[in-house]
Amino acid sequence: MPAPSLPSTFTRTRQAPGLGESVLRPDAPAKTKGQFAFSSDLWMDGMVWGATVRSPHPHARIRSMDTTPALRVAGVHAVITNDDLWGSRTYGLEHHDQPVFADGVVRFHGEPLAAVAADHPETARRAAGAIAIHYDVLDSVVDPEAAMTAAPIHPAGNLFRHIRVRFGDPEARGEVVVEGDYEVGMQDQAFLGPESGLAVPSEDGGVELYVATQWLHVDRDQIAACLNLPREKVRLTLAGTGGAFGGREDLSMQIHACLLALVTRKPVKMVYSREESFFGHVHRHPAKLWYRHHATREGKLVNVECRMVFDGGAYTSSSTAVISNASAFAPGPYFTPNAKVDGYAVRTNNPPCGAMRGFGAVQTSFAAEAQMDKLAEALGMDPVELRLRNALKTHDRLITGQVIIGAAPVAECITACRDLPMPEPLAPDAPVMALPGGAGLTALHGDIRRGVGFAVGFKNLAFSEGFDDYSTARVRLELGPGDEPLATVHTATAEVGQGFVTLAQQIARAELGVHEVVVQAADTQVGSAGSTSASRQTMMSGGAVQMACSAVREVLLERAALDLHLAPADMVLEEGELVTKDGAASVSLADALRAGPIEATREFHHAPTEPLDENGQGNAHWSLAFAAHRAVVDVDPELGLVRVVQLATAQDIGKALNPLAVTGQIEGGIAQGVGLAVMEEIIVDQGRVRNPSFTDYLLPTALDMPPVVQTWIEQPERLAPYGAKGVGEPPTISSTGAVVAAIRQATGLPLARIPVRPDDIALAPAPAAGQP
Amino acid sequence: MKIAHPRTLDEALEALQRMPDAQLLAGGTDFVVEVNFGHRRPPAVVGLRRVAELQGWRRDEGQLVLGAGLSFTEIEKELVEELPALAAAARTVGSPQMRNAGTIGGNLGTASPAGDSLPVLAALDATVVLARRGGERSLPLAEFITGVKRTAIEAGEIIREVRVPRLSGPQHFLKVGTRNAMVISIACAAVVVDPEGRTVRCGLGSVAPTPVRAAEAEAFIAGEIDWDGGPSAPPAAVARFGELAAAASSPITDHRSTADYRRRAVQVIAARGLQRSLA
Amino acid sequence: MSFEPSDALHDPAATDIRGRRDQLAADEGPPVFEALESYKLTVNGREREVDGAWIGESLLWVLRERLGLPGSKNACEQGECGSCSVMLDGVLVASCCVLAGDAVGSDIRTVEGLSPEGELTDVQRAFVEQGAVQCGFCIPGMIVAIHDLLDRRPDADELTLREAISGNLCRCTGYGRIFAAFHAVKEERARAST
Repeated sequence: MPAPSLPSTFTRTRQAPGLGESVLRPDAPAKTKGQFAFSSDLWMDGMVWGATVRSPHPHARIRSMDTTPALRVAGVHAVITNDDLWGSRTYGLEHHDQPVFADGVVRFHGEPLAAVAADHPETARRAAGAIAIHYDVLDSVVDPEAAMTAAPIHPAGNLFRHIRVRFGDPEARGEVVVEGDYEVGMQDQAFLGPESGLAVPSEDGGVELYVATQWLHVDRDQIAACLNLPREKVRLTLAGTGGAFGGREDLSMQIHACLLALVTRKPVKMVYSREESFFGHVHRHPAKLWYRHHATREGKLVNVECRMVFDGGAYTSSSTAVISNASAFAPGPYFTPNAKVDGYAVRTNNPPCGAMRGFGAVQTSFAAEAQMDKLAEALGMDPVELRLRNALKTHDRLITGQVIIGAAPVAECITACRDLPMPEPLAPDAPVMALPGGAGLTALHGDIRRGVGFAVGFKNLAFSEGFDDYSTARVRLELGPGDEPLATVHTATAEVGQGFVTLAQQIARAELGVHEVVVQAADTQVGSAGSTSASRQTMMSGGAVQMACSAVREVLLERAALDLHLAPADMVLEEGELVTKDGAASVSLADALRAGPIEATREFHHAPTEPLDENGQGNAHWSLAFAAHRAVVDVDPELGLVRVVQLATAQDIGKALNPLAVTGQIEGGIAQGVGLAVMEEIIVDQGRVRNPSFTDYLLPTALDMPPVVQTWIEQPERLAPYGAKGVGEPPTISSTGAVVAAIRQATGLPLARIPVRPDDIALAPAPAAGQP
Repeated sequence: MKIAHPRTLDEALEALQRMPDAQLLAGGTDFVVEVNFGHRRPPAVVGLRRVAELQGWRRDEGQLVLGAGLSFTEIEKELVEELPALAAAARTVGSPQMRNAGTIGGNLGTASPAGDSLPVLAALDATVVLARRGGERSLPLAEFITGVKRTAIEAGEIIREVRVPRLSGPQHFLKVGTRNAMVISIACAAVVVDPEGRTVRCGLGSVAPTPVRAAEAEAFIAGEIDWDGGPSAPPAAVARFGELAAAASSPITDHRSTADYRRRAVQVIAARGLQRSLA
Repeated sequence: MSFEPSDALHDPAATDIRGRRDQLAADEGPPVFEALESYKLTVNGREREVDGAWIGESLLWVLRERLGLPGSKNACEQGECGSCSVMLDGVLVASCCVLAGDAVGSDIRTVEGLSPEGELTDVQRAFVEQGAVQCGFCIPGMIVAIHDLLDRRPDADELTLREAISGNLCRCTGYGRIFAAFHAVKEERARAST
């Protein structure tokens, strides 16, 4: 049963709300006042500034590097290069193949070669520019297809991973066959808070790092290896993080800043400019995908064949997992009895690619949904009907052989989305600013064509393929000021804007009946919370907080029972009181806490998963989430300009633990999907990034973003705490495909590449089929 | 003092004489960004924000005189009646923050091929007035802008104002970008129809090293328009006007767009701009 | 994903980095900054001194790194995102595009100056209540821009709002809850004035 549509404004919430309420963010007031400390706002007496030296070439041998001119610049405190490293020289999420500083050869445009510390960022920048580096430029391998057979550009070779999926009869044929080639350009996470942090050398020879990141413990482990320090001496604290979307899962300035801090024995602050940021983090994998769909004349899928090549750029990052996800979910959320998928992630001299919201499922969703529309046309069937006819459901098998045991309300998502109200038709007197072209005033009403498109997507939640995914939480309950019970929740969960800090409070309040809940800063003093990615923190860190609260509650019940000479099983915790089941006697929380604080640390692990075998078969995933999207667009076909008029969605969310937060995550995810559809692309030319700035890497503005109409399917996910599914990624997976499908309908053009550029529409040959 | 804050033109010219390699600074939207990126390092700065003679605009018989310090927001709000195409162009410059700070003098001084006001000024046959110690001189726009980000300004000179004729007919500006706001133009066009003078003027931007006039298109359509009735023109003539305007452009392919698309865009927006100016 | 750092503590100061640092002192070149200036800025109604600052520093940088006002943000430093928005002589500008030394004599208002000690303005409160804040990096600039819009156009409709904040990028929210916050304040102010 779909959740009711949300009103567009919210009234104030009650005093002590619990799960399922639109509790307000505890950090929002400080953020609105400009008092919330982000990682680039940090400051310490005596600090110096770090700057990075980066390669202007995508592929070159370093013939010589002379740092003396930089050392001579007044105000410089240190210059370090690969020659100065004393620990591990490489790092990486899955394989440690990424050099801290380039080691004799640079493999991508912007690869770091050196770092400088100085007392003013302008000094650091000038010193960095003074380092004399001579390169022997090498030919770049920029075509991922060619890279597969080209000479290796790295000792580990040019193939990151090949996933081979063979399900049922891979050679099965259908009566109706459609095929196509598709291309996805390189999207960037473009989080607003620049890569930044402050590294402070400690007395014990270690280092404290305050940094914006997604996974404190994995950062720490890589840093410790490169500093040749035991883990305990590398202490990370999460600083205010201005968005992430996957772009902070890999390291950026962390090792460099810590190295400089240890060498100079001073606090070192590093802040990337926006330009450097475009070089300083991984991007979404560009991809080329070929699909061939087979179906019966009645529209039942028979076989899905796919061959795709993902360009992972110069270093591994998380390419091996991205291609695995892409391959597992290649057909989209539909049941097919047979499948043949070959997914390749390849090394090139292009910028390194890794995690971005959607993690492989975005690329395949675009292509697979285009295929479903092609199939519908070949069958003479309504595209929504075709999707309903093949929609996955619980107990179906994925093409990896895994039986879906969790909630899978795909058909419900499709029909709910289809039934959402359509926008008003374009009024003849609509202001020109509201037409495609916006402020440029390029179109009038008569120039516009409207189109509607539909797409459905899905992916896994949390980590997969046998990885032991877990999160840790420490909860402490004690008497606080005024004899009020006070709960403190401590996790290493990276709050990057998604709202976990709010949820942590809600869980503690709900589980312990306590109003005062403090969420401590995330740091490495408590166990790992895993990554803020894969839409997992609500489930994993939420689960850990729940477990820790349960453990605290156990002790409370024991204490109360002891007090009343009863057994703990005779007591419950209700509305902040420890009462007997018959309600006859009770002990207040405050009284139960007089004996002293209660503290518990617990880990939440999700159910185990398996690796994929040589045929891509295995129970590799834990929970799945689905979403349907419908887009309405207005197009000016003569100029190829597009305005998205409305984006409607029905998303499978399990249970809304905070409706306001869910709303915001869905709207934000859709904005990124719209961006990929019509405007966002890192232009790479022979390995060189051509548009490392917000002038030319375009994010949707307030004039570009359509209203989002959303409805939720709340079928509780029994696998997960509170039945809630993560909501961050599904909005980004098929919203892009829906927009492009709508543009196709408006223009009659096949449009096989994203982002769709004005040229693709305005300069296309006239459509074959009769479309206005 | 390395940053001068003159309040009059004389003070500004004097400061410039005292610090000949000083950067002239009005809105800062071009220059300060360059400094932030380490591309420019000013030895000295002459701030022009408070120079009285550069502010505001006025009518001067058959001309409008626009102070170099006029911001795009001021143009957008105050010149809608007098110079609708320029007001429309001003509204597309960057963001509201940029429009509040950026000035028409800055747009001229930077002389970017994508400067949004420049095709309009070109269509209006604008004259740029340069002040120097002891006098001033005027240059037609086409002589002021000499190349990509190059002008005829000489050391010791400050752009004082730009003059355009007061025309009574329709004026339109259209700008193509890949987003609905805050874009560098891929192509833009200003179309000015003057029923009194029986001329059409068409200025194009972002499709050549400098703003250009589509002279052949202008001459052609002036002959096709029924000046007494409407004025109006047959659709075929409007379409041909677009084609000729496209032929007047010499666009490049870069990371923002292709030459082919830019030509197509000019063809479409020139024709549309003209169509909106006709009955 | 397991790393095996050695437990032996290697003293980085014992490398020849130290030798190079000695070389630094002997060999230093001329001062980096040719042009330094001391000046006073009027920020949030108070006069603030800036001593010996490089003239190339933007107002944004001076606010954040010299004057202890990091509320204005540095998402792009090229005028393309609005996160650094401040009011300069009553006009909304990108402080990253203002040379600090050129702002002498102007009235500068930052996000920190909007609310009296401890309270939130109605716009700030609406942002909190409508869920318009996620990571928060765009928020100070948005708040300043929306205060400016409401002051100039209290009756602004949605299209006017969208155009007015088209220079304030948000990457987290998709703007939906930000529009809701605006409408909430607009209605509240309209009710209050009747």
